[in-house]
Amino acid sequence: MKYLVLLAGYGDSPAWSELSEAEQEHDLQRFHAFSEACRERDGVEILAGEALGEGDVATTLCTPRGGEMVVTDGPFAEAAEQIGGFYLVEVPDLDVLIELCRELPPYVIDLRPVLDLAE
Amino acid sequence: MTRADRLDPGVERALDAAWREHWGRLLAVLIGRFRRVELAEEALAEAYARAAERWCVDGVPDNPPAWLLTVAGRRALDLLRGEAVAGRRFPLLVVDPVEQGEPEPDPDDRVPDDRLRLILLCCHPALAQPAQIALALRLVLGVDTDEIARLFLVSHPTMSARLTRAKRKIARAGLPLRLPGPDRLAERLDAAVRAAYLGFTAGYAPGSGPDLLRVDLAGETIRLTRVLAVLAPDRPVITALLALMVLQHARRDARVRDGRLVVLADQDRAHWHRTELAEGLSLWGAVPRSTGLAEELRLQGWIAAEHARAARAQDTDWTSIAALYARLEELTGSPVVRLNRAVAVAEARGPRAGLALLDGLDGLLPHSHRLPAVEADLLHRAGEVSAARQAYGLAITRAGNEIERQHLRDRLAELDLRRSS
Repeated sequence: MKYLVLLAGYGDSPAWSELSEAEQEHDLQRFHAFSEACRERDGVEILAGEALGEGDVATTLCTPRGGEMVVTDGPFAEAAEQIGGFYLVEVPDLDVLIELCRELPPYVIDLRPVLDLAE
Repeated sequence: MTRADRLDPGVERALDAAWREHWGRLLAVLIGRFRRVELAEEALAEAYARAAERWCVDGVPDNPPAWLLTVAGRRALDLLRGEAVAGRRFPLLVVDPVEQGEPEPDPDDRVPDDRLRLILLCCHPALAQPAQIALALRLVLGVDTDEIARLFLVSHPTMSARLTRAKRKIARAGLPLRLPGPDRLAERLDAAVRAAYLGFTAGYAPGSGPDLLRVDLAGETIRLTRVLAVLAPDRPVITALLALMVLQHARRDARVRDGRLVVLADQDRAHWHRTELAEGLSLWGAVPRSTGLAEELRLQGWIAAEHARAARAQDTDWTSIAALYARLEELTGSPVVRLNRAVAVAEARGPRAGLALLDGLDGLLPHSHRLPAVEADLLHRAGEVSAARQAYGLAITRAGNEIERQHLRDRLAELDLRRSS
C-alpha cells in the first residue's frame, strides 16, 4: 500500500531556518533514523521524499465554482499548520507505517493512503 | 434476525446459543479468511438464516459452529463469484500472513487470537472514537445495527453511516487485522479498554436524551469486556475495568425511582445487586497496584468498592474516598476528578472544605451542569441560600437530560421551601 506522509509544524513552532544548528542536526538525525528503519524493514520502500519551501514561498491557486483560477501568495493551510515536507512510501499496512514514523521529529503528521482508482 | 413463529423451541435455543457464543469467533475467522468485513458479515448472517430454516427440518447439528462456518464460507464464495462477474473490486484487509492458508473446519480449534485481533482492530486509535465501541459491539458481539443505534440514541441511518465509514477506513487506510507486537499490545489494549469504558459511561450516565439510564448499553459493554478479559487474561487494566463496571452496574436499579434520579446517598441499597457487588469486589481485589490507565481504573474501582461496602449511606467512609480522589487527581489532573473529590471532602470535612476545592473549576468545565449542581448543594449546606439558588439556575440551563433537570428543579424547590418556612 502506498501512503503520502505529510509533515506539518504547529502554528507557533519555528520554521527550519529559525532552528539552531544543534536543533537542525537533531532533526536530521531523526530523518536519517527514519530512512534507516525503512531500509531495514521488509516490504517497505521510500518512493520519494522532499523538504518543502516554507509557507512564505508558497503560492495558492483557487478556482471558485464557475469562476476563473485565482493565484495568491501564501500557502493554503489551516492556521495551525505549515507543511514542511513529505514522503511517499510503500508499506504493508498502516501499523507498520505508524511504527516507522515514530523515528521522525515530532511534527504533526498526516498519513494519506494513495487510492487505487480502480476500486 | 427474524425467525418463524413456529420455530421449535429447541432449535430456537440452539440458534440463540450459537449466536451469543459463536458469532464473534466465526466472524473473526471469516474476516481473516476472506479479508472483507461486510462480505463476511453478510455471509454469516445468511448462514444463521439458513440454520433457522434447516435445523427445524434436519435437526440441530452436532457441531453448530462448524455447520455455520461451512455454510457461511460457501455463501461468501458465491458472493465473490457474483462480484467477479459484475467486475466489482473491493479493497482487501491486510491480514497477518500466518492466518492465511487452509480454512479450518472446526472453529473451536482456533486460538482465541481471532477475536482479540478483531476487538483490537475495532478499537484502533485511527478510527473515530464514537465508532470504535459501536463497531466492536457489531462485529464481536453480533449486536444488530438497529439495536446499536437504539443503545446510542441515534437513528438507524446515522449509526449505519458511522459503522460504514469505520469499515471503509479500515479497508482503505490499511488497518491490519493482526495482533500488535508485544511492545504495542499493552497500548492497544488500553485503547480497547478506553473504548469500552466510553461505551459504559454513555450507558451509565448519558448526558442527553430522555433516558437516564441505558442499562442495556452498559450491559453490552460489560459483556464485551468479559470477552476481552478471556482473550487477554491477567491484564490489570482489563480486570480493573471489569471490576469498576460491575460495581457501578450493580447499583443500576436503585438510581431511578418513579422516573426521577436518586442520588447515591438516598438510594435504596436493597436494590443493589449483592451478588454482582460481590463479584466486583472479588475482581477488584485481584488488581495489583500499578500505573497509568490500570491504576486510574483501580482507584475508581476502589471508590466504588467503598460505596459497596457501606451498608447504609451514613456508613460510608468519606475520608478514605476523599483520599482516593486526591490520588486519582494527582494521577490524572482531571477537573472532573477534582469535582468528585470536592463532594467527598465536603462529606468528610464539611461544605466549606468542599467549596474551597471548587475554586477555579468553572473555567475548566464550562459546559458542565454537575459543577454548578454540586456547588449549589454545598452552598446550601453552608447556609448561602441565594448563591445556591443562582447555582441551581445555572445547572438547570446546562443540564442535557430531562431527568437530571427535574432533579435539579426539585432541589431548587426544596431550597425555597426551607427558606419560606
